[in-house]
Order: sequence, then structure tokens, then C-alpha cells
Amino acid sequence: MNFKGRDIISIRDFSKGEIEHILKIAGKMEKVRGEPLRGKILACLFFEPSTRTRLSFETAMEKLGGKVIGFSEPQIASVAKGESLSDTIKTVEKYCDAIVIRHPKEGSARLSAEISEKPVINAGDGSNQHPTQTLLDLYTIKREKGRLNVNIALVGDLKYGRTVHSLAYALATFDANITLVSPKGLEMPREVISDLQKLGGRIKETNELEKVIPEMHVLYTTRIQKERFPDPEEYEKVKGGYKITLETLKNAKKDLIILHPLPRIDEIAPEVDATRHAKYFEQVYYGLPVRMAILGLVLGALK
Amino acid sequence: MTKDIKVKKIKNGTVIDHITAGQALNVLKILGIAEEYPKTTVTVAMNVPSNKVGSKDIVKVEGRELKAGEADKISLIASNATINIIRNYEVVEKKKVSIPELIEGVLKCANPNCVTHFEKMRSKFMMITKNPIKLRCLYCERAMTEEDVVRQF
Repeated sequence: MNFKGRDIISIRDFSKGEIEHILKIAGKMEKVRGEPLRGKILACLFFEPSTRTRLSFETAMEKLGGKVIGFSEPQIASVAKGESLSDTIKTVEKYCDAIVIRHPKEGSARLSAEISEKPVINAGDGSNQHPTQTLLDLYTIKREKGRLNVNIALVGDLKYGRTVHSLAYALATFDANITLVSPKGLEMPREVISDLQKLGGRIKETNELEKVIPEMHVLYTTRIQKERFPDPEEYEKVKGGYKITLETLKNAKKDLIILHPLPRIDEIAPEVDATRHAKYFEQVYYGLPVRMAILGLVLGALK
Repeated sequence: MTKDIKVKKIKNGTVIDHITAGQALNVLKILGIAEEYPKTTVTVAMNVPSNKVGSKDIVKVEGRELKAGEADKISLIASNATINIIRNYEVVEKKKVSIPELIEGVLKCANPNCVTHFEKMRSKFMMITKNPIKLRCLYCERAMTEEDVVRQF
């Protein structure tokens, strides 16, 4: 499988076999030796703040012996002077071997990939796609459970939380049993559900978290944002029903794992961190081998 | 139906027939007739009675043969339209428009946060389904329905 020069824009662009290949290479990255990306330069263009994704890409590049240039605050960049995204990409690609971009406008990564001769990796384009997050979520499940055809509950805001759509899409292709748990009004859009069903996904929907917990191998929790509710009182009421506490977990399987893309606000009570279920900080770690694999593959240093 | 000929035949050019009633001016807009062929005689007939479809619009473009593919864009708003190429008053070629798989530059993405609204670039949409029309923006990946499309004209 040849990934050299390939853009990583949307999980829709990848076949099941290609995703499996990336996850396999990620497995090797946990014990990588040498500096396969020595002499390579990665440009990290963050037009929007990010902690985990940016640090994770920078660390991944450094671990493989490469160097990183870029910016994390667009106000100090040429962007503040009114330069178009197209011109910024045309300039930056002259300095580097690959580009990582996070940008608030949906579709910005695809546009950048069209303009740039160098491979472009999407680190989040508005509320559209965040493919490396999806890949690291898959890697975490695979690494922790040994397989992807698990019983998984996706919990929280499934309407606007678009990265959860990409994850559901990928899980459906890997034959997972997907249970969608969300408050009324924040359900996964019908169109996404019908796409998942077309892929052969087995989908259940519910508003009640506690009832489904005993069956689950994986709980994937996302943030429910206050601004989605016109009435703050309604938000407070809803939020409580989806919070993971020791009490919620009393009927859980012993080996249930809980994941969260982070940052969390109060979806998961801090006392859960000490249980064997909590894997969200491991999930952060797994982002590293996944991003190392992606960088090594698109730069042609790994096959 | 009346047999009177309200609009005279053209000698050479293109007749776009069976346009959904009321959409003739949008057809001209999509084809960019005024900009592309500024000196061409164009005849527009609207709400013409028709045996088949009740009523329809017709556009006649004199002295210009629309290229294959060029006219397909109008299928977004007039899916039953036919393109007739006329030479010396005779129809020499007749075909139905078909919705192209890739639509470039005609439509605006319905997502206000799509990058296509902020950069100097052409929009691009992929066909998901033809009936009803459903398109996906190649950039922001948002789906557009037939309603979103018609609302733009």
C-alpha cells in the first residue's frame, strides 16, 4: 500500500483496508527506533487554538527525527494582514515537506490539498472532519479491546459533534454494534444514520444511558455544550443524565472502557479516573503512534 | 392545445424545450447566455401549453450550438429539458439533459461556514442521488437538497 504524497482530509477517503494498514503501522510506532524522518520539515498551521492535536503532531514529528515549523496563533501570522488561505498555502509549501492544518472554515483542508503539491493533513476543518482523531479513536479501541467489532455507545451531543459522525461511519464499516445515546434534540441526524445503515452498521438509539451500560464494551463520551440549549435550566437538567459517575457504572462489564476526545468539562466525574474503565488519557497517548504512522506514511519513509 | 406558432422557427442554433414552467430565466442565468453570447438573439417563451406536461418554457438561442455538457447544468432546475440542435430549420440532434456527476461553479454551498464563501474559488459538488436531487459539497462535505438548490435561483 503506497501512501506517499497522499492527503489525509476526510475519513470518507479511506477504504477499510487502508484504515487497517494505518492502524497496523501505528502499532509498530510504539517501539520505533531510528529517525526515519530526519531532514524532513513539517509545517503546522493552526488558525485556531488547539492543545492536544498540535502538541501531538509536533511530538510525533520530533520522535521520528523531523523538524517542525508553523504557527499556533493566526493573529501574528500573515493571515492577520488579510492574506488568503490559498496564498498562505502556496507560500508555506515552499518551505516544508508536509502540512498539518487546523482552520475554522469547513472545507479549508480540502482546498489546501488542491493547492499544495506537498501532502496535507487535516487537523480539523471547522465542524467538518478531524480524520486523525477518528483514526486514534479506532486505534485506542483496537489496542484496548483487540478488535473493532465491539458493542459501543456513543454518548452526548451527536447532532453537532461532527467528529462523532466520522467515528460512527468508520465503526460501521468495521461491523461494530453502535448504540447512540443522546438527549432529545441532540440526536444524530437522520441522514447520518441512514448512511451508517447503508454501510451495514447495526444502530440502536436511546435517551437512557444507564439501561444500555451493562451490554457495552466501550463508552465513547462527548461534550454537551451549553450554547446548544436556549434555556440554561434545561441544560443543567440534561447534562446530569449523561454524566458518567461510579454510580452510573455499577452494572458495567468489568472490562468496559471509557473514551473521551477531551477536553472534558464535567461529562466524566473525576473519581472515575481511578477506575480500570478510564482510558481517556491512554487515548491521548495513542494519538502519538497514530500521527507518527500517518507522517511516516505520507512522507514515504514508511510503507 | 393551440396550433398557432407564437414564436417563429430559427434557422440555425439551439432550442431548449420542455423547460419546467417558470424556469426559463433561470436557465438563461445558469447558461450565462447574456455574458457568453452578448450579440446572440435569444427568444424566451414562458408557460407555453404542452400536451405532455401541461405547460413549459422554451428558450431559443440563434446561431449558437450549445456544446455537450454545457447544457447539462440546467438539469438542476429543469430535469426534463431537451436540447435540440437546429441547422437550416431542421432538428439535427435531440437529447435530454442529464445531471452531471460533478457540478462546478454554478451553485453556492448552503453551508455559510464553507470555505468556498471566503476564498476566491469555484464551488464543486458531487451528485449523490439524481431523483430527488442531492449533492455533496466537495469541500465542506455538507449535503444539499433539491430545495437548497432551487432556493438559489
